[in-house]
Amino acid sequence: MQKSLHIDPGKCTGCVQCELACSFENEGVFNTAKSRIKVFTFHQEGRFVPYTCTQCDEAWCMQACPVDAIVINAKTGSKDIIEDRCVGCKVCTIACPFGTVNYNQDTGKVIKCDLCGGDPACASACPTAAITYIDADTTGLDRMRAWAAKTDNTAQASA
Amino acid sequence: MAWTNKVLRVNLSEGTCKSEPLNTEWAQDYIGQRGLATRYMVEEVDATCDPLGPDNKLIFATGPLTGTMASTGGRYSVITKGPLTGAIACSNSGGFLGAELKSAGWDMVILEGKSDKPVYLYIENEEAQLLSADDLWGKSVWETDELLHKKHQDPQLRIAACGRSAETGCLYAGVVNDLHRAAGRSGVGTVMASKNLKALAVRGTRGVGNIKDPARFMETAREQKQVLADHPVTGEGLPTLGTQVLMNVINETGALPTRNMREVKFDGARKISGEQMLEVRKTDGRPNLTTNAACFGCTIACGRISTIDQGHFTVENKPQYWGNSGGLEYEAAWALGADTGVDDLDALTYANFLCNEDGFDPISFGSTVAAAMELFDIGAISTKETGGMEFNFGSAEALAWAAEKVATGEGFGADLALGSKRLCEKYGHPELSMTVKGQEFPAYDPRGIQGMGLTYATSNRGACHLRSYTVSSEILGIPEKTDPLVTDGKAGLVKAFQDVTAAWDSTGLCLFTSFAWSLENVAPHMDSACEGDWDADRLMETGERIWNLERDFNMRAGLTAADDTLPKRLLEEAANTGPAEGKVSGLAEMLPEYYKERGWRQDGNLSDETRERLRLPG
Repeated sequence: MQKSLHIDPGKCTGCVQCELACSFENEGVFNTAKSRIKVFTFHQEGRFVPYTCTQCDEAWCMQACPVDAIVINAKTGSKDIIEDRCVGCKVCTIACPFGTVNYNQDTGKVIKCDLCGGDPACASACPTAAITYIDADTTGLDRMRAWAAKTDNTAQASA
Repeated sequence: MAWTNKVLRVNLSEGTCKSEPLNTEWAQDYIGQRGLATRYMVEEVDATCDPLGPDNKLIFATGPLTGTMASTGGRYSVITKGPLTGAIACSNSGGFLGAELKSAGWDMVILEGKSDKPVYLYIENEEAQLLSADDLWGKSVWETDELLHKKHQDPQLRIAACGRSAETGCLYAGVVNDLHRAAGRSGVGTVMASKNLKALAVRGTRGVGNIKDPARFMETAREQKQVLADHPVTGEGLPTLGTQVLMNVINETGALPTRNMREVKFDGARKISGEQMLEVRKTDGRPNLTTNAACFGCTIACGRISTIDQGHFTVENKPQYWGNSGGLEYEAAWALGADTGVDDLDALTYANFLCNEDGFDPISFGSTVAAAMELFDIGAISTKETGGMEFNFGSAEALAWAAEKVATGEGFGADLALGSKRLCEKYGHPELSMTVKGQEFPAYDPRGIQGMGLTYATSNRGACHLRSYTVSSEILGIPEKTDPLVTDGKAGLVKAFQDVTAAWDSTGLCLFTSFAWSLENVAPHMDSACEGDWDADRLMETGERIWNLERDFNMRAGLTAADDTLPKRLLEEAANTGPAEGKVSGLAEMLPEYYKERGWRQDGNLSDETRERLRLPG
């Protein structure tokens, strides 16, 4: 079963435990500047939104890479950077419509979310379940359930 | 390890920024943050110096756990000699600045001297420089934040600044970081402005990585996060209601100081409570509270993000206050509300916004307004002194007006900016000031919670709840229940809370974890992250050392045993209602025993044995 990172911003408190976990998993340090997932604060609106790679099926980054340094992980479906191949041309950072591939000036390579090989550290660290790792085919299940719960059984719906 | 082992020393007189190694021997004895910075203060600053003169120093200090994944590990403190108290000042703040400073590679920044012209300190990892703040002087914290982000074109820059209140000499001005987190008390922001230092702008991309045993540290952090999640206070009460969970609880206890501590119960408490913040407003269909929010790395998330009703008189035609910002926490809601008798939640939220916008302490501000209201009530001041405003208890208009005036230091605002002690002295009624060592009380009446009387009287930074929060034991039963109305055993309780807290603060963790954790839960974080062997006993002893070092600084500064007291009202005027009815603070019964427990002489000084046992500097 393929799984997806599922993000529910309504539950996020902006604590950046996800960023700490991500940087520690990937870089061995607690460093939000090197996290593959970022939490954005919209201060005036009082909103926090974690954002990271959605692992597009036809990934723009992968298509754009001139040296085939981005490959599909057969186990998780994630699009992974092969560091040895990456030449740091940054074309993928331009190609990604969502900005989730970024250049790391310390290494001269790009970095992006690779789902930690199937056990994403951000999801494990999130204290409020704003980030979960769930069945890719049913990421809408909770929301459907919530709406279903509000449905009046005496009424008839047509779709 | 866990320390970066680097100190940034900034000489404002000479305009220099230099890196120097951290004194690691001291770090073993004083941990970091509050404790370690106090050690530097004792070594480098003449305790008798003028707090607002160039000889005072200002230290921004992180702890060894700041910037790590330990839950709440994002704290820093500002340590200096406080102008409000003349004592050691140490104000602790959350938000994101502390972790950013650590990630830039610095355990602490020591600022000394005084700049000729307004400057701000810009830190980008190893690089630090003083830049002109000519365009920032005269601006609020919020404007400064916006201007610096624009100037450096860096949305990820973290900023701490003092506001206009500090520039105009308000004695309880704080340092505000990340727009609404504050090192709020004792006038640490006033010291900052006295040095012509407007802000710190920090960008750190190095991270915190020197963990002694990373695998054990990660396992510890995971386990201890779970302990917080499973506890009713840190897992449920604080995230849902914030510290405002206390408003109704303390009011029911009959220990909610009301109208400048004339009373101990506020009939409007429910209207300014955490529960009320969740109620949908009839006017605009929204609740006061938009969401809860976390500081760096915090899995509790007690922070409040609020809005003011756009039709409320305080913000009508002021769209700049229509968005979300930092909402009311309990101490602020109490000082701005119960203590002034104002039960208008929107007015309190507005005053709180202004405290953040221009960097002044809502506890001291609210208490000072309450004192002014009592002066007005007894006729010691009139509209002649206030500049036309009727300072009646319960007046939301007076509260909002006062906040606007203190923000800029105009008119009667300059009097209010002196704090309650100096204000009441100026108008001939020093007995009406509810302060210890010049600092205003927080939100617990010592007549109804006896341990807090001793806490206030002996706090090293003047009246304060965060130096030994015996409310935890006396009201909430954590770690074990004691009777709030008795004085027996409180000397030992206060000493234990003081020592534990001093160690806790020094690690870089938030004190709020202590509702669910003891030092037994803190120790494994320290032991797996830091050089040396750290267990709860060592932390406790270190806390005691830190407490005594702070005390020693104060005694050198000229404070005496006579300063360990409470206002006459709390010692002589009995509570007029509730469980504590008929009671005064039993300070006289607790204080001698406390001195004995502490190993202090009758004159309040440390005994030689105590000094030797704790290995304090001579």
